[in-house]
Amino acid sequence: MSIALRLARIHARDVLRGRWLITYASGLALLAESFLRFSGSESNAVLGLGTVTLIAVPLLTLVVATVHLYAARDFIEALLAQPVRRRALFAGLYLGLALPAAGAFLVGVGVPLAVRGFGDELRGACATLLVSGVLLTLTFVAIACCVVFMVEDRLRGLGVALGVWGLLAVLYDAGVLMFVAMASDWPLEKPLLALTFANPIDLARVSLLLRLDTAGLMGYTGAAFQHFFAEWWGAGLALAALTGWVAIPVLISARAFNRKDF
Amino acid sequence: MTTPMVEVASLTKRFGSVDILRGVDVTIARGRITGIVGPNGAGKSTLIKLILGLTRPTSGRILVDGHPVDEDGAYRARIGYMPQMGRFPEHLTARELFDTMHEVRGRDVEVDDDLVGVLSLQDQLDKPLRTLSGGTRQKVNACLALRFSPALVILDEPTAGLDPRSSALLKDAVLSLRSSGVTTIVASHVMSELEELCDDIVFLLDGRVCYTGPISDLRGLTRQANLERAVAALMIREVA
Repeated sequence: MSIALRLARIHARDVLRGRWLITYASGLALLAESFLRFSGSESNAVLGLGTVTLIAVPLLTLVVATVHLYAARDFIEALLAQPVRRRALFAGLYLGLALPAAGAFLVGVGVPLAVRGFGDELRGACATLLVSGVLLTLTFVAIACCVVFMVEDRLRGLGVALGVWGLLAVLYDAGVLMFVAMASDWPLEKPLLALTFANPIDLARVSLLLRLDTAGLMGYTGAAFQHFFAEWWGAGLALAALTGWVAIPVLISARAFNRKDF
Repeated sequence: MTTPMVEVASLTKRFGSVDILRGVDVTIARGRITGIVGPNGAGKSTLIKLILGLTRPTSGRILVDGHPVDEDGAYRARIGYMPQMGRFPEHLTARELFDTMHEVRGRDVEVDDDLVGVLSLQDQLDKPLRTLSGGTRQKVNACLALRFSPALVILDEPTAGLDPRSSALLKDAVLSLRSSGVTTIVASHVMSELEELCDDIVFLLDGRVCYTGPISDLRGLTRQANLERAVAALMIREVA
């Protein structure tokens, strides 16, 4: 086994023993079950779970990963004093945290959905929900790595992490709305599509909404989006962009870790 | 003539606009115990972290056992490091911590368990680290540093928090390592401890090396009876 995988296994074992991941998965399962039982329709349940996945999952992942990595700083230093390359240690730290977190999301949301066994019409939406949730988890753990390896002070780091979440989950949409209001006289489909791709939460949201019957509420822009995402290359491009959103912070944090003074 | 265990040449380290080390040249002789002394902020811990590759130099070169300190951490296979305050995941037990580090280094690496018995740690091995006292955790740190038969041992304030008996036992272990050819670097503020343990001294002041060489030569140079007074005399001379 390579040293990076060995380190990932060690870190994952440490993460799993911290118990927070089990609490996280159980909380998600409880929410999922509540939505599935009390939402009235299966479509509404998936929509509700989508909101949790798009807002709460990035926030919880970011905060918990940031706190965990700051607390593990001395242990990281001890590991770095062993005969390991920094790149291998970074890969071990990232994978050891991101994979269990993604697994917890899959168990918490995926198992209740799988137990229900949705019909053909919601299968695509459920798959989009699960893939988006996993990719957002991987993205936000990577953003947590960026924060921890770039900001020395942990309180400031936690503030920066919350700021990044606020920007991507709330402020970005406010900015897009302002842009739409100001540029309402121009055709906006293409700029809006580009703006959607520039934010992983928005991209996941649009990908999910267009798989549900709520897409009709999005008007002419929604129709244009639906046309784009219904094509295999459009959906493929969205998936590639979400994967790119994992890769960018991973590369930035790997670079920061490689240069960091412990 | 044997090559030195550690060679540091023209080493500088700057954090932001602050120069921590300013052109440090140090040679650590093989098989000897070398103490690093200096007032707070002199750059002792930074020098140790640079040798371990935990901190990146601004400029300069470091060789450990002839290997450059670079991205390939393989040279650390023969280093045992005891940090000033090693904090590990608190739910781990000492046994699990030892096992984890063994897993990181590779299962084929030879393990030396002697210090666990010497420091009477057997009964503490299966308790979570959070339940251990500061001194006991420091013993765990010491056992970890000496566990994988290192050729170079780096100890940062090793006896801080240890009771007198454990402190004496650890010093005995370090002295016995010297007789088996192991090189040791000790950073400490406790001059009596350094005087008891060390053959050589590196005295850092304001990021520069003020003296490097045998303790006996330093005492002769400053005409002082012990290390504490010799270092104090050197500091007064440098500041003046």
